[in-house]
Amino acid sequence: MNDKNASRSPVAEKPQDERTPSAAESQWEEKVLKPNLAKSPERATEFTTTSGFPIRRLYTEADLPNWNPDRDLGYPGQPPYTRGIHPTMHRGRLWTMRQFAGFGTAEDTNQRFRYLLSQGQTGLSVAFDLPTLMGYDSDHPLSEGEVGKCGVAISSLADMEVLFDKIPMADVTTSMTINSPAAVIWAMYLAVAEQQGADWKQISGTLQNDILKEYIAQKEYIYPPEPSMRLVIDTFEFGTKHTPKFNTISISGYHIREAGSTAIQELAFTLRDGLEYVDWGIRRGLDVDEFGPRLSFFFNAHNDFFEEIAKYRAARRIWYKAMRERFDSKNPRTWALRFHTQTAGCSLTAQQPYNNVVRTAIQALAAVLGGTQSLHTNSLDEAWALPTEFAATLALRTQQIIAHESGVTNTADPLGGSYFVETLTNEVERGAWDYIEKIDALGGMVAAIERSYPQREIAEASYKYQLAVDSKEKIIVGVNDYITDEKPLEILQIDETVAQRQAVRLKKLRADRSQAEVDRRLAALRNAAQGKENMMPYIYEAVKVYATLGEICDALREVFGTYEEVAIT
Amino acid sequence: MPEKKIRVLIAKPGLDGHDRGAKIIARALRDAGMEVIYTGLRQTPEMIASAAVQEDVDVIGLSILSGAHNTLCPQLMDLLHKKGMDDVLVLLGGIIPEADIPALKKVGIAGIFLPGTSTQNIVSFVRAHIAQRG
Repeated sequence: MNDKNASRSPVAEKPQDERTPSAAESQWEEKVLKPNLAKSPERATEFTTTSGFPIRRLYTEADLPNWNPDRDLGYPGQPPYTRGIHPTMHRGRLWTMRQFAGFGTAEDTNQRFRYLLSQGQTGLSVAFDLPTLMGYDSDHPLSEGEVGKCGVAISSLADMEVLFDKIPMADVTTSMTINSPAAVIWAMYLAVAEQQGADWKQISGTLQNDILKEYIAQKEYIYPPEPSMRLVIDTFEFGTKHTPKFNTISISGYHIREAGSTAIQELAFTLRDGLEYVDWGIRRGLDVDEFGPRLSFFFNAHNDFFEEIAKYRAARRIWYKAMRERFDSKNPRTWALRFHTQTAGCSLTAQQPYNNVVRTAIQALAAVLGGTQSLHTNSLDEAWALPTEFAATLALRTQQIIAHESGVTNTADPLGGSYFVETLTNEVERGAWDYIEKIDALGGMVAAIERSYPQREIAEASYKYQLAVDSKEKIIVGVNDYITDEKPLEILQIDETVAQRQAVRLKKLRADRSQAEVDRRLAALRNAAQGKENMMPYIYEAVKVYATLGEICDALREVFGTYEEVAIT
Repeated sequence: MPEKKIRVLIAKPGLDGHDRGAKIIARALRDAGMEVIYTGLRQTPEMIASAAVQEDVDVIGLSILSGAHNTLCPQLMDLLHKKGMDDVLVLLGGIIPEADIPALKKVGIAGIFLPGTSTQNIVSFVRAHIAQRG
């Protein structure tokens, strides 16, 4: 990154303690507040957000002394995008209701997808099982016990064909939560699209493809960081050329938050990951304003309503400033941060699971008020298992009620101009810049990960949060207070025959395909991996002759080796 | 004379990378004065059983959120038995459906801790059971 541009962006506000109240406010404090406090003290000496961020009793114009609405707030669809990236926001178009789903075989998940689409869901989102996420076929020894358990099992193009059977890929956008083997799964998706006659230039969807947050939080990595980053940039390059409407990455804070980070850490590490990808893309020789518009983001929606809203607003402002200042971007589509949101899985409780519907509704409302482009709402039973159809439908209905009944979609950024929300947005932005600069100083995110910096920060925050719950400093309804006896919940059972069915299918696939052709294309891929070429076309060729996910990932394992983290506790 | 420290192996079996719980438990047990070894991610039952023997632990804490517990736990218990480690206290935490609990207890998992369990509960459980076993 260009050092002269890496300086701190101006954040409008002074820290909280320097505020100068107006005469009217001081008078209120003397005449009204003090006598009241003397009679009835507050419930606690300090109030904080879920992330432990201190919150004042009252916010007034004194908290925003240097605030300039034209500069810091702007208008929707205009820099700095604090109020949202579209001029009409949800008046023009509602967010995409995109429920993450996947379990069992491709047939099982295809059925759930078609059901969800029939219920008014507007986009698909695929959850893959752990063997798929780790680049192993369903019949690999390490896949034992994991096949189809926390997502759908996809081992080859044949499975992908079944997954999208009777789903028109030209019309439905699909998000795929896949990272280390993202290029392979994407190649399978593109091959099915081709079979369906869908135009690659027109199809849209999102590949998660965010390997940095795997090292930081989610931990489903295969290869070391350098070759992994090369694979990511290969998909950027391929996508820019062949699939101009496809989001080749979804830079994700979701998993960072789930691993126990604070809201500020989630924001900072995610955006710094984003800057790292841009940096690597530019070093490949790509034009930021060609691939930049295809970068998308993915944030968590945790319990603290206003903190979350401030986080989304600050995210847009930081990304805009960083794209302009650090990369000299000229394209407004590069400046505008688009994001998906998922409500916080880690906030769901196994105890009194119906309470989770309420938590999810509040979290989803924060995402909508924060201007999300798409949303997944968790199901009430997910602290026990994957959701039943009943629970998944209720989660979708939660979004539909917010969209059509609550009235919050009638205006853009309804909380804009609130003293509290604007101050919090400034504070969250300031906190995130501090982290971003620390990571710059460590030499960037890959270097920071290798030194376990973000991992350690998250582990620290996560332990602190747990202690606050254990000591009841934080109340979790149904868990450490308001406890009642309960009946067990009816949950989804994953059929134990999934692995056997997958093994049979793989055996048949290997018997029916041309092994010579598979060997030839895997050798070509290995050869490309050893050089500097873009690997995407070779992966696509291998996928098309039904080389399996495991075989393709193994070919790359031979060239790149595998990654082991230094475990921090 | 200082009491002998309780030795604990915290392990992540299977392909699951969700390590928030494992790390919290490792740290809470360490803060409670125990000797804690964390295996890191993606350990096979064989690797965990060998580490348990090598480190001569009193307790093994497993963390599984992927749904693979019904396969991995019986495999581990079998290996521990073969290695003569029947007296080690084996605990499990994670996303575990209630219907699976009786079968897991039957193969010898002594304690199963679901989401929402406080770290103090786990610390006291370990202390009470190790004291019992003398």
